Amino acid sequence: MSETPLVEITGLCKWFGEFSALWDINLSVMRGEKVVICGPSGSGKSTLIRCINQLEEHQKGSIRVDGQEVRPGMKGIEKIRREVGMVFQSFNLFAHMSVLDNLTLGPVRNRGMAPAEARELAMSYLEKVRIAEQAAKYPAQLSGGQQQRVAIARALCMQPKLMLFDEPTSALDPEMIAGVLEVMEGLARDGMTMIVVTHEMGFARRVADRVVFMDKGEIVETAPPEAFFGAPRTARAAEFLSQLLAH
Amino acid sequence: MDSRPPPPPLPKRRLTALDWLLFGLVALGIGLVVWRVNAVLVYDWNWPRVFGFVARFDEERGQWVANLLLQGLLTTIRLAFWGTILAALIGLVMGWWRTCDSLALRIISRTYVELIRNIPPLVFIFIFYFFIASQIFPAIGLETINTKSPWVDNTAFRIAFGDPALFTNFLSGLICLALFEAAYITEIVRAGIQSVPKGQWEAGRAIGLSPTSLLRDIIFPQALRKILPPLAGQFITLIKDSAIISLISVQELTFLATEVAASTTKVFETWILVGGMYFALCYLFAFIFARLERRAGRSARQET
Repeated sequence: MSETPLVEITGLCKWFGEFSALWDINLSVMRGEKVVICGPSGSGKSTLIRCINQLEEHQKGSIRVDGQEVRPGMKGIEKIRREVGMVFQSFNLFAHMSVLDNLTLGPVRNRGMAPAEARELAMSYLEKVRIAEQAAKYPAQLSGGQQQRVAIARALCMQPKLMLFDEPTSALDPEMIAGVLEVMEGLARDGMTMIVVTHEMGFARRVADRVVFMDKGEIVETAPPEAFFGAPRTARAAEFLSQLLAH
Repeated sequence: MDSRPPPPPLPKRRLTALDWLLFGLVALGIGLVVWRVNAVLVYDWNWPRVFGFVARFDEERGQWVANLLLQGLLTTIRLAFWGTILAALIGLVMGWWRTCDSLALRIISRTYVELIRNIPPLVFIFIFYFFIASQIFPAIGLETINTKSPWVDNTAFRIAFGDPALFTNFLSGLICLALFEAAYITEIVRAGIQSVPKGQWEAGRAIGLSPTSLLRDIIFPQALRKILPPLAGQFITLIKDSAIISLISVQELTFLATEVAASTTKVFETWILVGGMYFALCYLFAFIFARLERRAGRSARQET
């Protein structure tokens, strides 16, 4: 593991209009590390990871990805985004393209890869997420779980250094969740650096190196999963966990 | 499953007595108008006189040639064809500018749309004609083109743009019409672009697509499918609106029909015939667009 963190966030603040969405966030993620972010809805978890690839622009503080500062409105943000894969809650597959085209678009357009080579790469990732037989179908013909696995494969096709997951299982039917989590755990075993916003506590226990608990736009507690789930230090985290366990 | 009986038929929709009454009333209304025209208006109908202006027999060449009305219809079709292409191009660029990040481009496209949409077409055409077409065209040397040169006076040019001698006239009418319709197409394109869900933009950005690739590969293909029906409607409107261009002496169907009506005094026959021609043209386009839509719909169904 290298000494410099892959993601380094210091003093990050973000407002939506007058509303303060993030306040003084400091977070470093080392190469190969897996961080799970949890917290009540509206606590700024999604906003935080969306700032990392600048889907949201921050007003204060600094974000560094692989040593390079990420600033709002910067030139060459595409270059950084190509190193940062993202998986969305609502999959966001390109609706007018087949599964295979969804995967090859990035490598062909961004990396100038030959179409044949890109197809080969895409098929290898589709096999990895165990969905290769659906390559010719359109997103709407797939189930939610299948779509999300394709979305993961699409992000991987850019061969990123970091993967961001924004509540990847929240929009899925219960029987679909396991397949997606399995794929993510496989990815973790392969050594991918991951920042995952999720409420899947089982996943967090099995995979996370650290759990970050957020509330009202601030990081309230950071701890290894056993410590966090076993004995949260803060009252807010304890309350959140008890609500999560109540059902 | 196999043992279940086939489905019984659903009840068919039939015309009721009330529907027939409605038809009767409409027929009565039409009959009344026809009766008034025949009984009250002293008018000497002469259809062959007007038909002669569609096509006539050229004694010298010994063959049928297009006369004023057919020539006018051809000019209208040329206007519709080039006008559609030009308006689509302008509308596409302006519609994209309406939604892009650059404030300057947004201001330019917004101003363009608001200016044109809030001036009556007729007034716009006069302003355009007197200040732009008659000043700019000479300035860029369009008036001095030798219309007799083989580059201009050839069959391909005549088919595409009509009589070379009338080319600058045709061009000013064409640009005027295209600029006018493109303002409405701009708004259709803008609505189409904005109708593409935010998640599609974000997913494209997240894999690091350049802004151009994002538009070309993700946004435009999806927007186009949504805007095809209103776009088709606007193109048919363009054909109908081309009639106003007659006011700046572009020799299209309405302009020549005015001349025919005046010189023959067969006003009714002329305008009924011209109305029929416009109807046929617009209905044909609507038919073609409907087929295109069905095709697009078939491939879209596969995706949804």
